[in-house]
Amino acid sequence: MFIERETMSASTTQSWTVADLRLAGGRRRTDVRMRRLFIAAGLTTLLVTGLIVYTLVKDAFSFFIDVPKHELWNIGWFPRRGFFDIKTLVVGSLMVTGVAMLIAVPLGLGVAVYLSEFARPRVRRVLKPIVEVLAGIPSVVLGYFAIAFINPNLITVLAPGANKAFNIAAAGVAVGILTIPIIASVAEDALRAVPLALREASYGLGARRVATTFRVVLPASISGVVAALILGISRAVGETMVVAIAAGAVGGGLFSTDPFQPGQTMTAAMAALGFGSDQVAGDGLAFQSLFFIGFLLFVLTFLLNLLGDRLVRRVREEY
Amino acid sequence: MNETRKLVEQENVVEENHEEVMTRQVASHDDVPVFRTKDLSVFYGDFRAVRDVNVYIKAREITAFIGPSGCGKSTVLRCFDRMNDLIPTARVEGTVEYHGVNLYDREVDAVEVRRRVGMVFQKPNPFPKSIYDNLAFGPRLNGVKKKADLDVIVESSLKRAALWDEVKDRLKASAMGLSGGQQQRLCIARCIAVEPDVILMDEPCSALDPIATARIEDLMQEIKRDFTIIIVTHNMQQAARVSDQTAFFTTEVNPESDRRTGVLVEFDKTQKMFSNPSDSRTEAYVTGRFG
Repeated sequence: MFIERETMSASTTQSWTVADLRLAGGRRRTDVRMRRLFIAAGLTTLLVTGLIVYTLVKDAFSFFIDVPKHELWNIGWFPRRGFFDIKTLVVGSLMVTGVAMLIAVPLGLGVAVYLSEFARPRVRRVLKPIVEVLAGIPSVVLGYFAIAFINPNLITVLAPGANKAFNIAAAGVAVGILTIPIIASVAEDALRAVPLALREASYGLGARRVATTFRVVLPASISGVVAALILGISRAVGETMVVAIAAGAVGGGLFSTDPFQPGQTMTAAMAALGFGSDQVAGDGLAFQSLFFIGFLLFVLTFLLNLLGDRLVRRVREEY
Repeated sequence: MNETRKLVEQENVVEENHEEVMTRQVASHDDVPVFRTKDLSVFYGDFRAVRDVNVYIKAREITAFIGPSGCGKSTVLRCFDRMNDLIPTARVEGTVEYHGVNLYDREVDAVEVRRRVGMVFQKPNPFPKSIYDNLAFGPRLNGVKKKADLDVIVESSLKRAALWDEVKDRLKASAMGLSGGQQQRLCIARCIAVEPDVILMDEPCSALDPIATARIEDLMQEIKRDFTIIIVTHNMQQAARVSDQTAFFTTEVNPESDRRTGVLVEFDKTQKMFSNPSDSRTEAYVTGRFG
């Protein structure tokens, strides 16, 4: 049929019909089927996300209705005894994240700037994969690294009063190490995406490499760099295993703002409620508190992303 | 074999021409040239991109480099502010003298050179900052901090680049919002703002429409009172219109490796290059029979 049409159109000047130019039936069916397949894939993720939010919100909401409100602002987090002091967990999470960022922001951005602006191509080819391998270290391993190495060799040396076994600072440093490759990798991509023409313009005006990096490349890539930082913070806030191991999560704790003592984070408290001797399935309020923290965590990361977006909009230099 | 001999012969002819040109220019001007290259070759790795270039750039004149693609004219231009340093494999042989100093001397700092030799690129490349900050970038690098001083520099540079009237009410607006021609004049203004000695222009009009091109050409005539200008252009008419001297480059196929190396064919007063060139290859190019 195909050939027929070709010969026909070549040898005659007759006008064609729509059938000549219509997509063949088989191909059209494949096209439709493929489209449905992709739509289905998209809808599935949407559905799963919706379900997650639904379970989270449902139990979080019933916890919030049932819990005596004064228990939410208390002396500490002891879910089995009905003490649900949220600030203990939030402050714990903020301390871990703070320490982690103290480590990961300078090192991560430093690595990114070095790889993108200073390293020779050959050095970069070797170094970049090494940095990315760091991201592949299981967080359990880093948790043990924190109690076996970071705490005795770093934290207790710098702060002699620190808890010898478990503390927030050691966990924070380990989480920081975990976050370096994320920040470095995303920030480096952002820096490298700045067109060479802008660097040339800067060098052409007599700028040195450092001035070019700080006055041209970084401002031009600020949205990507801030995105890298926010990804890093989200990762640090959400990190569970390192904190559960190294910060001394025992399922409960008094409110504390001392980073050199054991502490509770939102994630570690959730983990503690969910496994082992502490598991609270069936124990009404304590079980539901798990979802409430989960919901808080969700809101926190959401707000972080929103804030990042605002910041980026304000300072962005679009190229 | 025969080919090689021909090449060698041509080369001799070219070199004789240079001798002639040099002596004539030295005789008529006793001041030191702004730039003088001696047997300049540029390599990218093992590949010789351009070889044995001898040119002589006079102050307060416009010199045009013309020639077909790949003839090395931009490569040579980028030796004058050591922009080739940014390419890790690039290497230079021969000398480039700037006011009598070899630019590739070990003690010469490329950044110090670039403060005196500014560059305007093929594609307008304003920083994604405000118009004001684009202009203030260079002066700030040089330590100008007071806002009043910067204001004066920004205004005078924009005026000299014939852009002031169009942007004076929106200095705080992003430079990315300007048209292509305005962006290129902004880049020239940004260059002027650091009071360079020389302005290198690498095909500054090739991304612009004819009207914007004409404005840039007028601007070049304006600022040539204060600056020495070297312009690389694909557009022969442009070279004929704006320049005082013209250097014609072409490519030569290396018989051994089959790779193309750029060579300088002829270098003379623009008027002579376009009316009565000495080399038949120049004549073929300027009359449009090749390239």
